[in-house]
Amino acid sequence: MARTLYDKLWDSHVVREEPDGTALLYIDRHLVHEVTSPQAYEGLKLAGRKPWRVASVVATADHNTPTKDWDKGIADPISRTQVETLDANIREFGAKAYFPFLDRRQGIVHVIGPEQGATLPGMTVVCGDSHTSTHGAFAALAFGIGTSEVEHVLATQCLMMKKARSMLVRCDGRLPAGVTSKDLVLAVIGKIGTAGGTGYAIEFGGDAVRALSMEARMTMCNMAIEAGARSGLVGVDERTLDYVRGRTFAPTGERWDRAEAQWRTLVSDPDAVFDATVVIDAATLAPQVTWGTSPEMVTSVEGCVPDPEKERDSTRRDDMVRALAYMGLVPNTPMTAVHIDKVFIGSCTNSRIEDLRAAAAVARGRRVARNVKLAMVVPGSGLVKKQAEAEGLDAIFRDAGFEWREPGCSMCLAMNDDRLEPGERCASTSNRNFEGRQGAGGRTHLVSPAMAAAAAIAGHFVDVRRLH
Amino acid sequence: MQPFRVHTGLVVPLDRANVDTDAIIPKQFLKSIKRSGFGPNLFDEWRYLDHGEPGMNNAKRPLNVDFVLNAPRYQGASILLARRNFGCGSSREHAPWALYDYGFRALIAPSYADIFHNNCYKNGLLPIVLQESEVDRLFADTAAFPGFKLTIDLERQTVATVDGALAYGFAIDPSRKHRLLNGLDDIGLTLQHAEAIRAFEAKRLADNPWL
Ligand code: SF4
Repeated sequence: MARTLYDKLWDSHVVREEPDGTALLYIDRHLVHEVTSPQAYEGLKLAGRKPWRVASVVATADHNTPTKDWDKGIADPISRTQVETLDANIREFGAKAYFPFLDRRQGIVHVIGPEQGATLPGMTVVCGDSHTSTHGAFAALAFGIGTSEVEHVLATQCLMMKKARSMLVRCDGRLPAGVTSKDLVLAVIGKIGTAGGTGYAIEFGGDAVRALSMEARMTMCNMAIEAGARSGLVGVDERTLDYVRGRTFAPTGERWDRAEAQWRTLVSDPDAVFDATVVIDAATLAPQVTWGTSPEMVTSVEGCVPDPEKERDSTRRDDMVRALAYMGLVPNTPMTAVHIDKVFIGSCTNSRIEDLRAAAAVARGRRVARNVKLAMVVPGSGLVKKQAEAEGLDAIFRDAGFEWREPGCSMCLAMNDDRLEPGERCASTSNRNFEGRQGAGGRTHLVSPAMAAAAAIAGHFVDVRRLH
Repeated sequence: MQPFRVHTGLVVPLDRANVDTDAIIPKQFLKSIKRSGFGPNLFDEWRYLDHGEPGMNNAKRPLNVDFVLNAPRYQGASILLARRNFGCGSSREHAPWALYDYGFRALIAPSYADIFHNNCYKNGLLPIVLQESEVDRLFADTAAFPGFKLTIDLERQTVATVDGALAYGFAIDPSRKHRLLNGLDDIGLTLQHAEAIRAFEAKRLADNPWL
């Protein structure tokens, strides 16, 4: 029978199945970070258990780490304790690889997994973090788990779960110049809603996705969770193989040949049937900007802040009114008339080398607007930072008035010192615009890296395609 | 984990859709390396007027009297009535920990985000799904009758008013139900299949030596 990519990945990892469909699923790769692991390791210790397969664990500290003054260490004692707790747990229990704070390969867990070749096609990949969906860009079945499940995977190398339904998001046509995969995925979320993918594994397909780089595909899969889906997927093609080849933990020689032959089968069969299909015309898209407090509250940069009066559904209308009040926005204001206070270019959605190149291309030879208090660029990993510096991107950003920081999650969730003050408005390349996400009272607008850089230069949102 | 069998409790209505886990427990409290103590910071940004940080004396902080959890009539509530897509966003299990620590034993909503939904079961917190119309009715009744309580019977899979006048059935996976009813530890259950896991793993590593 014809199978979807999701079917293939699922079938190849089922250890056993209960009559009600609850399966024991084998986990190949377990990514660990400091925030969601301490209670899991403590649970393991209390029960006198050992990790089942240490070689599956790849760990880093990213959420709490500062992005400047690294020589001074971590100032916040509670954050420091959490990072040191991870150090101690890895020392005690072991890992295949650990990139601690200050390591030159340290970075956001979803950036370093693929970068190191620790994420490979055909794997099951889990992490105590919802954006684990990112790794699905490699045709790996990757999803976020809670801390109890982190402990469960450590102790048993398995998860108890039921198979999801499958959804194909087919993106037809080609993205116009200046419109990126971030805009594409925001448009998808705008169309199906933040719960549209709940209970599904989403496969992104179609010509527009095939034309994307691996980095751009990661951006899309990263945000599958913002559409409610635990996993996003893209089938294997030449680009996948080209990206993985030569990475630290990727196979070589005869093993590579065997792997490649297997990986090439990791696509949905042509006549595979999905439980749901959504079609998007990529060719007609404009850059997107969110206006509210949920990623589905999104519009084209050519559009306006919507008017709740025109919304018929009363719960939705209430949500809109509340969101606009929080965001300090007036209905029918053109998005390009919305001024910003800060700019954040970073996060596991958009902090890879290509993202920084796109932002630098806009910033080159220009200056950050006077009304912008802070424009910061936070590379996704130490290796991305090094690469960017080799290409001179740091100089472009600095000359334009951006701050060039050390890698980490930073203002994506503001667990470290990088945060918005109440009422501040930010153009951000991250993935969540929830109330308080980037700092209590802060107002987040999600955009692509090029759009964030353009907003920094203009001082307000602007269609990057029209920036002169 | 405590078994969940029958629970009767006061219901508090949270009338918003898409409540995310950042709202349920803001990030500054995720720095803890413990599993407990999150209750006082549940819905921190909505519940208090000042900005909360770990280590503060929450009893001395100014309360937002307009937030439903602070209303006198809902003190001691153990059932949270919510709207669709409750628990979306971050995978933080601190969200169900905070809800449980506060005193909630069950949630009722038309739908939940997947990871949150799953995390609840791991902590003995029962996330019940009812029809949108049924949830609407419960919101109306909670508003109309101060002290409105519900009885949840997991064995029979019902949510009912204490006088039994109103009763709704709900669905739950048989295996999840079994684990909750008996307070079973997932890891212990899985390790009963250690042999099968070992055999599977040996074959998988042989077929995919790069793993
Ligand atoms: S960058 Fe943001 S979304 Fe990504 S893992 Fe870090 S905190 Fe989570």
